[in-house]
Amino acid sequence: MFIPGTDIEGHMKLRPGQKLRSAVCDAQVVVVRAPSADVSLGCGGAPLLDDGQDADGAATLDPSLGDGPLLGKRYADDDLGLELLCTRAGTGALTVDGRPLLVKDAKPLPSSD
Amino acid sequence: MNLLLLLDMVAAGRGDEVAVQAGDDRLTGGELLASAWRAAELAVGASALAYVGTNGLAVPIGLFAAAAAGMPFVPLNYRLSDDQLHDLLAPLGDTLVVAEGDVAAALVARGHRVLDAGEFVAAARARGAAGEVPADGDGPAVLLYTSGTTSAPKAAVLRHRHLTSYVIGTVEFAAAGPDEAVLVSVPPYHVAGLANLLSNLYLGRRIVYLAQFDATAWVEAVRRERVTNAMVVPTMLARICDVLDADGGGLPSLRALSYGGARTPATVVQRVMTLLPDVDLTNAYGLTETSSTIAVLGPDDHRAARDGDPAATARLSSAGRVLPTVEVEVRGPLGEPLPAGEPGEIWVRGEQVSGEYAGGGAPLDVGGWFPTRDRGRLDDDGYLFIEGRSDDTIIRGGENIAPAEIEEVLLQHPDIAQCAVVGVPDDEWGQRIAAVVVPRPGATVEADDVQAFARRSLRGSKSPEIVSFVETLPYTETGKLLRRVVQADLLATG
Repeated sequence: MFIPGTDIEGHMKLRPGQKLRSAVCDAQVVVVRAPSADVSLGCGGAPLLDDGQDADGAATLDPSLGDGPLLGKRYADDDLGLELLCTRAGTGALTVDGRPLLVKDAKPLPSSD
Repeated sequence: MNLLLLLDMVAAGRGDEVAVQAGDDRLTGGELLASAWRAAELAVGASALAYVGTNGLAVPIGLFAAAAAGMPFVPLNYRLSDDQLHDLLAPLGDTLVVAEGDVAAALVARGHRVLDAGEFVAAARARGAAGEVPADGDGPAVLLYTSGTTSAPKAAVLRHRHLTSYVIGTVEFAAAGPDEAVLVSVPPYHVAGLANLLSNLYLGRRIVYLAQFDATAWVEAVRRERVTNAMVVPTMLARICDVLDADGGGLPSLRALSYGGARTPATVVQRVMTLLPDVDLTNAYGLTETSSTIAVLGPDDHRAARDGDPAATARLSSAGRVLPTVEVEVRGPLGEPLPAGEPGEIWVRGEQVSGEYAGGGAPLDVGGWFPTRDRGRLDDDGYLFIEGRSDDTIIRGGENIAPAEIEEVLLQHPDIAQCAVVGVPDDEWGQRIAAVVVPRPGATVEADDVQAFARRSLRGSKSPEIVSFVETLPYTETGKLLRRVVQADLLATG
């Protein structure tokens, strides 16, 4: 299946603020930091969908990839300069170019508000 | 990213917990989201949603309703005259104004579309259908008038992406414990009030609103609501100390207190550390145009100062270090970056930095840096010392003199309660230094004595040549000294 805005492997150009959703679970994310290079983002083994893209009904969740994202956690790949914020929890693990995306450590700042 | 998405996440994750409270009126995260959607329907056809009133449920409902309706939220100072409000509202176009009490009637009489704040909240709580969170992160979320201490107030434009970057970059979603509560008493038209709301909502900390600040009411609210966190401006801090001194009761539930919004005299900070030894203190520095806080001096720095570490004691008058998500540069008169230790103008850069004003004007340079128009310096460890507004700098015989340095010295005088140091025009020196002093109640102090006291710590060129005495000094609601008023009064009286 060809998804507009992506190439044959599902690579796409991300932009900060972009909302993406899982094709196989309830997960939703927002792009906080976008890499300059095109990347392929997946959830549960299926490409993450942009607004307006329809899920491929045949896609199934691959549980071997790990746990799904948790609400409010940030997932990052510092080498790529990629950061996503999970705005809806899900059961499919987030991946970038086939590698797992790791939860970003929260370094608490002094409470200024 | 849109502001409404932050509330949408709260509703999804902790939607059954009380998110905001005013008196005994409470809204859970889920109820706040539903109310915002309902209130958005009330604003249909308008181009902005303005709010003129004290702290209450109308503030969060109005903010998120404006986001849901795709228009900016414009909180205005309820103490302005009807004419001033009219002048600020006029350029906004067709605005729905949510206003409290008498102001509502006065604005109706001037032809504005007005809803009483109580009716607005009641209608919003009647529940409506939720919509889809707008994808737009680039639209204006809030128009906020700057303090206008050095010039006429300007409306800073804070876009959704500025505010969401600030929240996501500085606080962790749902990280607050179930017993945590924050008391918000800074006014809703101040950037600190806005940041208080957004950060604490995202943290999952119950927000308790105090309609307007009063030190006794503040202390009572902390005790009654078992408040764990609060943010105040320096003038509030001093009054809270007075109340605690008088009643000796302490604030056992309070864990963290942050202060900012204006320069805080070291004497006040020392007093708080003595009165509230178990409370984590944080000094926050930021501007309206930077979506609130950009630098913090944290609890560890305060404790080190209390334990007598001399470097830490010196840093107590600093704004601490900039946030990891913000960059800072101190620049000289030609725009060149200055090394640590040298004072100059403070420039900042980061995703939370807007720098844009309504009606045009975005003073960011080509590299995306924003000139704060504050003067200051960095020390070797990256602590930022703020010397005051660039416009306040006194230039005497070619020498740049920061009023703050002289004021800090004069405030150490046992008979001086408050003081303001300003420059007055002078044919010989360009400017001369004038100190306007408020003596402590019952104390008498002479000009000679003030000058002699200043010369003990300052060199001659920095000692005030003119000393005058007044009963009060003009401050904004949030504790900023109105120097241009001090200067004008001084020149008018000779």
